[in-house]
Amino acid sequence: MRNLIYAIAFVAVLAWSAQLAQASEFVHISGGEFRSVIPEAEGDNLIAVDDFLVQDTPVTNAEFLRFVLHRPEWQRGSAVSLFVDDQYLATWAGPISLAPESGPQQPVTQVSWFAANAYCESKNARLPSWYEWEYLAAANGDMADARHLAEWRQDILSWYSQTGGDQIADVRSEPANYYQVFDTHKLVWEWVDDFNAFLVSGDNREQGGADQLQFCGAGAISMEEKENYAILMRVAMLSSLEARYTTRNLGFRCARQGGVRQ
Amino acid sequence: MKNRTWISGLASIITLSTLLLVAPVTLSANDNSLPPQSVYNLQVAVEDQLGEITGLDRYKGQPVLVTMFYTSCPHVCPMLISTIKLTESKLSVEERARLRVLTISIDPERDTPENLHQVFQRHSVDSGRWSMVRPKPGDVRKIAGVLGIKYKQLPDGEFSHTTRIILLDRDGIQVASTDQLGRPDAVFLEAIRTSLQ
Repeated sequence: MRNLIYAIAFVAVLAWSAQLAQASEFVHISGGEFRSVIPEAEGDNLIAVDDFLVQDTPVTNAEFLRFVLHRPEWQRGSAVSLFVDDQYLATWAGPISLAPESGPQQPVTQVSWFAANAYCESKNARLPSWYEWEYLAAANGDMADARHLAEWRQDILSWYSQTGGDQIADVRSEPANYYQVFDTHKLVWEWVDDFNAFLVSGDNREQGGADQLQFCGAGAISMEEKENYAILMRVAMLSSLEARYTTRNLGFRCARQGGVRQ
Repeated sequence: MKNRTWISGLASIITLSTLLLVAPVTLSANDNSLPPQSVYNLQVAVEDQLGEITGLDRYKGQPVLVTMFYTSCPHVCPMLISTIKLTESKLSVEERARLRVLTISIDPERDTPENLHQVFQRHSVDSGRWSMVRPKPGDVRKIAGVLGIKYKQLPDGEFSHTTRIILLDRDGIQVASTDQLGRPDAVFLEAIRTSLQ
């Protein structure tokens, strides 16, 4: 009898680790200085990023489903409209069931900033800041900052020209980058904690140019690294969002402060 | 094959039981008496210039003007407050008595109740109808999110932020807003009058 219990426990541990292998993990990112497309102040675009932990994939439908099973107030139909728009989790089959076009290993999309934020808080985490996300996304497979490579820039840019109708791929479909982080490009757009820190004046917004984004009252800033269109498109998109908006291609991943260096 | 079913069955049981160990934390309660689009659905604590702690809904039941500011702000925030005072001055005494004003700090680390109180006194606002509050640092973006206000901290400690004044009705629903500083916005003023009826 005892042996049987041990055997069951052993199998259970095996099965549990198999499950873990599928789930996203927090990986340590060593901070550093880099040149952002968004100057922190006028003319100063050298940004220092502290060490942080980040999920190596965007949050999947399976992970988000587990979250809403425990937090019914975030289920579709229950979440209040102050926090989500009417397309919240619209691709799911029901409040607690996925659908063929939103499979378990696909990144969850149609989630608002509030919902993403609540998910991360439930994991003792937060959304990454813009600078953290941009720092991560500067890496290709071999180097931490590959942004000077025109060919790579063209490669990530090609995703943006695809039509939105395509099915979204599973996470980890493409190789990991330098930090062992997957899917910063070519899968989904991602929420960041400070998405509402890009200030756009009302008049400029009507003219609709990404180069007319503003920060401080000081007036329009000239965005640096202009050749990095893919990143600038992210900025333009994020700056157009309200915290309750959801879109078909917008997901998120969580981050944590500091973390032990591995 | 049978084994695999076993394993995945066990795995689900384990996943489920692990999940059950995680206590649910309520970040946003659904008060059924509130309309779903009410700002008061965001349940966060704020501390006012006297150190008193309430929710965002401290003026629930009255129309309220809301804005976000910070006390060390040199130019724009004083203008924001004078614009609200100027707007109020266009109302009749009876109308004004029914209107509330809530200014929320985006700099809670520095905007202690003492600092808030100083600004409160400097502008000699009506303490029966106005309050200046600070949220917890982690709640500032959520409040900005429900109000549609953008802000960014600058390296020198200053903030840049949208200077929006928002009118909430008795239930906390946004009914109007203005970005106009320095002179009262006629359309916004009309919305205030309507909400006070």
